[in-house]
Amino acid sequence: MSNTSARPQPDPDTLIAFEGVGKWFDQFQALKDINLSVKQGARVVVCGPSGSGKSTMIRCVNQLENHQQGTIHVCGREVYGNMKQLEQVRREVGMVFQSFNLFPHMSILQNVTLGPIRNSNLSRSEADDIALHYLERVQIADQADKFPSQLSGGQQQRVAIARALAMKPRVMLFDEPTSALDPEMINEVLDVMTELADDGMTMMVVTHEMGFAREVADRVVFMDEGRIEENCGKTEFFAGGRGERAQAFLSKILQH
Amino acid sequence: MNGPPLQTRRKLTSVDYICFGLVGAIIAYAVYRVSDVLVYNWNWSRVFNFVIYYDEEKARYVPNLLLKGIATTLRLAFWATIFAATIGLVMGYMRTSKNLAMRMISRCYVELVRNIPPVVFIFIFYFFLSGQLMPLVGLDDFDKNGAFVSSGVFYMLFGDPRLFSNFVAGALCLALFEGAYITEIVRAGIQSIPKGQWEAARAVGLSPFDVLRDIIFPQAVRKILPPLAGQFITLIKDSAIVSLISIQELTFLATEVASTTTKVFETWIIVGAMYFILCYSFAALFGHLEKRALRARR
Repeated sequence: MSNTSARPQPDPDTLIAFEGVGKWFDQFQALKDINLSVKQGARVVVCGPSGSGKSTMIRCVNQLENHQQGTIHVCGREVYGNMKQLEQVRREVGMVFQSFNLFPHMSILQNVTLGPIRNSNLSRSEADDIALHYLERVQIADQADKFPSQLSGGQQQRVAIARALAMKPRVMLFDEPTSALDPEMINEVLDVMTELADDGMTMMVVTHEMGFAREVADRVVFMDEGRIEENCGKTEFFAGGRGERAQAFLSKILQH
Repeated sequence: MNGPPLQTRRKLTSVDYICFGLVGAIIAYAVYRVSDVLVYNWNWSRVFNFVIYYDEEKARYVPNLLLKGIATTLRLAFWATIFAATIGLVMGYMRTSKNLAMRMISRCYVELVRNIPPVVFIFIFYFFLSGQLMPLVGLDDFDKNGAFVSSGVFYMLFGDPRLFSNFVAGALCLALFEGAYITEIVRAGIQSIPKGQWEAARAVGLSPFDVLRDIIFPQAVRKILPPLAGQFITLIKDSAIVSLISIQELTFLATEVASTTTKVFETWIIVGAMYFILCYSFAALFGHLEKRALRARR
């Protein structure tokens, strides 16, 4: 897209950098002039009404959606086009989906080992060790031989987190990780995510869980109609230093 | 599939008896016409000798033309299925490709095959294959006295070595023809895999080839096995048309038997029964395997 070599290299501490990013689905503009940078160790929570472009934005980071305007750098590499480079980027970025998307034909263990085996030429047993380590970490190692359909939603989502972690990514993306879960399972997933944050993982989380945001986030990004409307520190955001739209949105989802 | 048990009615009602009665009456009338009105001298044993006969010298039963024909039909179906599955896998993937040229090529192939009568298609391809392609790859003049060729394994896999190039041409024709239908089955299978599976596979950094090999194809193949099994049975039946290009399978040999014995009815009824037994056995076998696979997955 643009010639990046001429440009000054971005700050090595910045893992994700959006610059003037625009994206269209046919005639509909889903993202408008997105500028955002996520530094090493940052925990960014993205919120906003549905259809505001938050999922689209997070999916642009590992190019599950292609942007058509502006540039996105992930870990210093521009993500665009070149398949080899894109695969490199995807290995540095772990992703957790709303609907888990575990591979139903593989056991839990195989789900987690697939990435390490294919990407870093590890042997079976080395990969198994890594996988078990991360399954242990999400407290589900005892289910390693089962298949995804035998697990509850919360368990499946924890496996999905382990699968992403097994590639030792530098950033984790969460795309509404608790939206498809039954209420009693939300906390087990949020707990795992909180632990991850405590360990210093860089995270970008699209969620409606404001309690999680209040506890874990250090920045809150509020999106509406494809634009970033607010991008401020957590305390500032929750202390009321926010615009009208964010105020309206918050009062809607907190009013129960 | 996991719903409440089906309430199948086991008892016959009066409506059923009326239906049976009607069918029985039609059959009885047909038998009456054949035996009394149509004066025909039935002779089953002559034709049956062409299925299997008693060899006085060897003092045992020996398979004759029609059984050999069904063996050739099976060989044809076996190889044609392998070729057709290969074609179908590649073309089926191309049908779902993002690349326009790939989509166009596979689409052309499928539409071409589906919109030309099979017989015409087979004539065209046979004369192209046997006239141009076979001499090109030297299939006509391979060593017919080689160790492997004269071994029993070769005979089991390909039949008579003297008819080898003829056999290959027939199998390829069938495969090209059936491949188009398998292409569509494979396409449907690939498209039935949810988008999330592609995304999750890409998100773990798999290369496009690994995405297909590890995630998409294994799941798609599981889904398409039942229709694929059905297509295999269709292929056995469709293999009758290659008799038109002198492949010596069941139908081709049946025409010869019918003309030698002049027992046309008996020959074709016996051949029909042979096809039926073959296809129905496979259908029953596949049905059984499918049920077992379903049970195992729970």
